[in-house]
Amino acid sequence: MASRDDIKFLSNPKIGQNRKKYCRFKRYGIRHIDYKDPDFLLQFVNEQGKLLPRRITGNSLKWQRRIAVAVKRARHLAMLPYLTDQLK
Amino acid sequence: MRQYETTFIVDPVLSDEEIKSTLQTYQEMLKNEGCEIVHTEEMGLKQLAYPIKRRNSGVYYCVEFKLESPSFIDKLELSLRRDERVMRFLTVSLDKFGVKYNEDKRNGLIGNRKKEDEAKAEETKEEKAPKAVADEKEVIQKVKAAKEELAAVSVAADAVANQEEE
Repeated sequence: MASRDDIKFLSNPKIGQNRKKYCRFKRYGIRHIDYKDPDFLLQFVNEQGKLLPRRITGNSLKWQRRIAVAVKRARHLAMLPYLTDQLK
Repeated sequence: MRQYETTFIVDPVLSDEEIKSTLQTYQEMLKNEGCEIVHTEEMGLKQLAYPIKRRNSGVYYCVEFKLESPSFIDKLELSLRRDERVMRFLTVSLDKFGVKYNEDKRNGLIGNRKKEDEAKAEETKEEKAPKAVADEKEVIQKVKAAKEELAAVSVAADAVANQEEE
């Protein structure tokens, strides 16, 4: 028989406290995205190499557009794959 | 006068001399046009993310240059396109932030973005730290003053007690 203390943590206490998303470019003052830096751009694509949406990355519209351009340039130069599996 | 950046991938199967001469031809071509080559970055042999012309790796070069007439870009790209030694190329015009970014990168300021963020965090800490020290000093001084007062009071009290005893 579960005591009362056990029942208290049956649900994850962190659920429901989702952290506020923010645009890292605005917050940290990054003014330029380098398309020759695939490790950095890897943060904005999923495992298949597709661009992640803004609702997940939290980027502002301006910087999401620039990220998209940078990722496409990196793909052209074969620094990022166009399509793949298990990128991460 | 705008600043441009051309990145191109040279076929790795060629000999070292041929690879270097490829770079030199384009550097000379730019110089003949009278433009200033700001920097040439040799990024070296890299693994390609997908095969190009049945090659799985390539030698990356990045040339930054300042150019007066944009029409020369077309000529440059045409010759890059015709060149069999070059597998891929990309020409980008840089805005002022891009120029600054590349300068910082050359000076070793941007090695790793995480490090940069950490450095920023440290800076903010340092800014905060002296204030904290100053606060501590004030507190210590106050405590000292209070102790002295207490001591004075206790001495006075002792004196009074002594007098009474007498």
